[in-house]
Amino acid sequence: MRSPLGRARGLGSAREGVESWWLERVMAVALVPLTLWFAASLIALGGSDYTTFIAWLKTPLAALLMVLLLIALFSHLALGLQVVIEDYVHSGAKIPVLMAAHFACFALAIAGILATVRIVLGD
Amino acid sequence: MSKSSARPLSPHLQIYRPQLTSVLSFAHRLTGVALGIYAVALVAWLTAAAAGSQPYSIVQNFMQSLLGQVLLVGGIFCFFLHLCGGIRHLLWDTGRGFELRAIYASGWIVVAASTVLTVAAWIGSSILAR
Repeated sequence: MRSPLGRARGLGSAREGVESWWLERVMAVALVPLTLWFAASLIALGGSDYTTFIAWLKTPLAALLMVLLLIALFSHLALGLQVVIEDYVHSGAKIPVLMAAHFACFALAIAGILATVRIVLGD
Repeated sequence: MSKSSARPLSPHLQIYRPQLTSVLSFAHRLTGVALGIYAVALVAWLTAAAAGSQPYSIVQNFMQSLLGQVLLVGGIFCFFLHLCGGIRHLLWDTGRGFELRAIYASGWIVVAASTVLTVAAWIGSSILAR
C-alpha cells in the first residue's frame, strides 16, 4: 500500500504502520456482519436450554461463523489495544505490556476456537 | 526514555469543554477496551459450553441475574456505539464527511442509532426469550 520510494526512505513520522492500519480496517469490515450475526443469533436463541444451544453451534454455518468471529475479533482487538497501550504507556513497561496484550489476544482466540471445535465434534 | 520529569503540564481535561467530537472519540476508545473484556467473557462462555451443561448453566444463571442483565445491556450499548462509531471512522477513511457540519451530523447519528439499536435489541430479546 505504499510507494517503493516511501518504503525505501521510510517516509512518514512513524516510518511504518500502514499494514497495521489496513489490517485493522479489514478486520473491522469483517466484524460488521460477523458481530451482527452473533447478536441476532443470541437474540433468537434467547435463554434457550443447553441442548438447543449446542445443536445450533454444531451446524456448519454457525461453527464457521463463530471461528471467523473469534479470529477477526481478536485480531482487531490486538491492534486496537496496541494503539491504546502505545498512547498511555511510555516507561520501560511498554514493551512487556504490549507483548502481554498480543499474547493474551492470541491465546484467547485459540481457546475460543478450541472450545468451538470441541462442541462441534463432541457428543 | 523517562517521561516523569517534574515540569508542569498544561491543563487539558480540567479546562477544555467537552464537545461531541472529543467525547465520541473517547467513547469509541473506551467502548473498544470494554468490548475487549466482553470478548474474554465470550471465550469463557464458549469454554463453559464445551465443558458441559453444568458449567454452562452456571454462566446462564449469572447472565439472568440482575448484575448479569446490567452488564448485558451495558455491553449491548458499548457494542452498538463502537459499531456505529467504527462505521463513521470507515467513512472518514474514504475521505468523506470531514466538513464540520457533517462531523456533527454523523456524530449525533451515531449517538441516536446506538441508543435505538440497543433498545431494539433489548426489546427483541425480551420478546423472543422463552
